[in-house]
Amino acid sequence: MNELALITGMFLVTFGTRYLLWGTAGRFRFPPWMSDALGFVPPAVLTAIITPAVLVPDGQAPDISLANPYLLAALVALAVALWRRNLMLTIIVGMTLFMLLRWGLGLGG
Amino acid sequence: MNDASDSSTESPAEAFRAGARATLPLIIGAIPFGILFGTLAGPSGLSVAATLAMSLIVFAGSAQFIALGLLAGGAGIGVIVATTFVVNLRHLLYSAALVERVKSLPQRWRVPMAFWLTDETFAAVSNRLLTHERDPNPHWFYLGSALAMYTNWQLCTWLGVALGELFPDMTNWGLDFAMSVTFIGMVAPYLRSRPMWLCVITAAAMAMATWQLPHKLGLIVAALCAIAVGYSAHRLERARLEAPL
Repeated sequence: MNELALITGMFLVTFGTRYLLWGTAGRFRFPPWMSDALGFVPPAVLTAIITPAVLVPDGQAPDISLANPYLLAALVALAVALWRRNLMLTIIVGMTLFMLLRWGLGLGG
Repeated sequence: MNDASDSSTESPAEAFRAGARATLPLIIGAIPFGILFGTLAGPSGLSVAATLAMSLIVFAGSAQFIALGLLAGGAGIGVIVATTFVVNLRHLLYSAALVERVKSLPQRWRVPMAFWLTDETFAAVSNRLLTHERDPNPHWFYLGSALAMYTNWQLCTWLGVALGELFPDMTNWGLDFAMSVTFIGMVAPYLRSRPMWLCVITAAAMAMATWQLPHKLGLIVAALCAIAVGYSAHRLERARLEAPL
């Protein structure tokens, strides 16, 4: 892995999206449909990252069962997140349950 | 109203301090993620120098996190950079919201302000502008918020790297799940409309249909399909609302 290329690439696309509109001082505008579509970006990307991490924790074969501590803890965390909409509480409940399942019950080891 | 008149006589230094102060609660929320990033970087395959450089030069919390997950999963540079781009598209929304305030500033302000644009600073600054509409120094407020965030992010990265070296087996503690659970907590607030639910369900289904693609390419495919489905549903819903009954 060429770390210099990785960081340069990440810097360019990050600074680029931050600077584009301010650098051109508002002369560049995107059409309203694009602002609507951009609103879907964060949940789409995050969900596409979470799902395989939780359903295929070993990266080899999907484990869609309640004996998969990643899946069980993720479902409970989702329920807490939808119920309370509190990020810190979601993390604490999700991590505590995951630790209990993984080390208390020895699941998914 | 008093606040608004107060801020019109506020000096740049006072605005700077107010910006840092207003960002403090958000900084506290960012601390665990900075530490976690530093801790997970080594085991994900990033050298210490690259870890510190990424926080200094890229300075984008969620993108840095995602990059680690992708690195650990064996993704190539192209996929990581493309994913970073997609994740950071939200900055376009933030900068569009502030462009009227920024466009009269000289480039020597605009460039660093853009470099330091984060979810937290955007939240603090847009909140400030709601109550201090005639603030003469919003850029100093912005700078105070941004520098507080930036300094904290560097310190937390260093601390995380040090902790990771002290406890090399920390990665077996299930910290990989910390990333997933954090993202779950970040997605939930979006789930308030049918198009958003359809978007998220599509993302999950497509991610599972494509997880075996090399270099984690499935992530990009799934995200693009989900954005297309969510946006189409949004258009259909609006068309139905606007249709004469």
